[in-house]
Amino acid sequence: MAQPQTAPDARTRLQTLIPKLVLSPSVAAMVVFVYGFILFTVYVSFTDSRILPFVDAKGARSYDLIGLSNYAKLFKLSHWEIAITNLAVFATLYILICCAIGLLLAIFLDQKIRGEGLLRPIYLYPMALSFIVTGTAWKWFLDPGIGLENTMHLWGWTSFSFDWIKNRDYALYCLVIAAVWQSSGFVMAMFLAGLRGIDNEILKAAQMDGASNWQLYRRIIIPQLRPAFLSAFVILSHLAIKSYDLVIALTGGGPGRATELPATFMYSYTFSRNQMGIGAASAVIMLMTVAAIIVPYLYAELREKR
Amino acid sequence: MAIAPQESAVKTGRVTRFVLYTVLIVFALFYLLPLFIMVINSLKPLGEITGGNMMALPQVWTWEPWAKAWSSAQVGVEPTGLKPYFWNSIKMVVPAVVISTMAGALNGYVLTKWRFRGDTIIFGLMLFSCFIPFQIVLIPMARILGLLGLSGSTTGLVLVHVVYGIGFSTLYFRNYYAAFPSELVRAAQIDGAGFFQIFWRILLPSSGPIIVVCVIWQFTNIWNDFLFGASFASGDGAPMTVALNNLVQSSTGVKEYNVHFAGAIMAALPTLVVYIVAGRYFVRGLMAGSVKG
Repeated sequence: MAQPQTAPDARTRLQTLIPKLVLSPSVAAMVVFVYGFILFTVYVSFTDSRILPFVDAKGARSYDLIGLSNYAKLFKLSHWEIAITNLAVFATLYILICCAIGLLLAIFLDQKIRGEGLLRPIYLYPMALSFIVTGTAWKWFLDPGIGLENTMHLWGWTSFSFDWIKNRDYALYCLVIAAVWQSSGFVMAMFLAGLRGIDNEILKAAQMDGASNWQLYRRIIIPQLRPAFLSAFVILSHLAIKSYDLVIALTGGGPGRATELPATFMYSYTFSRNQMGIGAASAVIMLMTVAAIIVPYLYAELREKR
Repeated sequence: MAIAPQESAVKTGRVTRFVLYTVLIVFALFYLLPLFIMVINSLKPLGEITGGNMMALPQVWTWEPWAKAWSSAQVGVEPTGLKPYFWNSIKMVVPAVVISTMAGALNGYVLTKWRFRGDTIIFGLMLFSCFIPFQIVLIPMARILGLLGLSGSTTGLVLVHVVYGIGFSTLYFRNYYAAFPSELVRAAQIDGAGFFQIFWRILLPSSGPIIVVCVIWQFTNIWNDFLFGASFASGDGAPMTVALNNLVQSSTGVKEYNVHFAGAIMAALPTLVVYIVAGRYFVRGLMAGSVKG
């Protein structure tokens, strides 16, 4: 730009170079901090490292390569088995309930509701809050001593009992409640956008043929929401796998290990239990799970665009 | 992604409408409940929570829990309240948002208007980086921050958030600029305008909405981050979310629920205010992150 007009060749060459120069810091950061780091973590997962740093004061390596034994050990740990079982239950319920509530609210809101402009932001605001904040609010609300159970007793329903958050068998469902509360409004917004994109002419034609509202939704409208369902599934499942803050704020993984998830497992093995090799292995498994869901989705989206 | 109401073909009767409104209002109450509980209980003396009803309005209204949470509650070693951590978060969020948004704008511009072989692959790799579970980078990041002498510092967190924020900001600007007429860019090129001139004079002036979307998204995400804050800055440099968690989980002394609630609202307030002021853009950002195209 500040280049003199005299050398058009040099100038053109510079012009073709500038875009790449501008992009290069981001690409470099991505190569190092994302993909380089992934490889690094994969490498750590093949070692018996326990804590950082990996070299001692004399610069000697303080670890050995042990191949896949961390993975073998990982899948023998009952702690890890609990974490992935919990994740399976949590993710399934979280996705199903979010989709059910999201679809219900979207369909209801799409009936020319007065006050829609007021209701929509109310459904969606939890998405703007930190999981630590919502975790704190739900933690005390679900606490039998001061929260819902106590309130019901004071209101005269003395046999009411709700101690899920303190109960090993039910604490996981508290996690589902708080997570659904946080994300279902977002799913509603995705479905609502889908609903509003459906061509009304098709619906009118179907109605002319005598279709009832129920049939209209079951046969025509809901099938057309397939892309929204897919997006919701991809977004919610990767949120579920990454769930960490909410567990820490709501239950801390307890009682016992009742709400332990892979994300909390990874953190405690890596940073508090000095089992960094195993922690790294669990992170690799988490990444592979997310990749299995997200890569095909992104691939399809990028291909469509060309 | 417009969500404007349209003439619906579906007709509803009176009973159905009553059910519709009832269900919608019940859900609205469900979403408002935790906020309601946080607000009313943060304005009560502790005795009214431990010895009373959590759902009842305060009998004695008091600001004391707020004052305590802000300036004297025991968060770390010293009874400093949440105040210093709030400023930590501000000092972390502002530069991280500015840098990642600027980088995203330039990247989006290059990836749509100066296309080259392999640009889709680069974008795809960036996009994937938005979705990785960050556990996969914690170990090397801890090591690098240690080597750079940035462990526990706000600067370190800025670096982390910029690096992992660029993916999303690039996504926003790329999708936005893809719809921008390339003829204008080509015409300007023929007139002899350079790379930065075109960006500055032609694209940037019409980028207002997407800048707002991107800034809000980055602000919300970075402010609400807990994992990086807890991993790399758990001491005096901790951000607000980590400090709040320390306050709530601290096992020493009496559990001051009212102070916890006040602190929780403080941590929520910045993103909540942004949401109330510019919720439309927040929703657009969410949608752009999920339903691309």
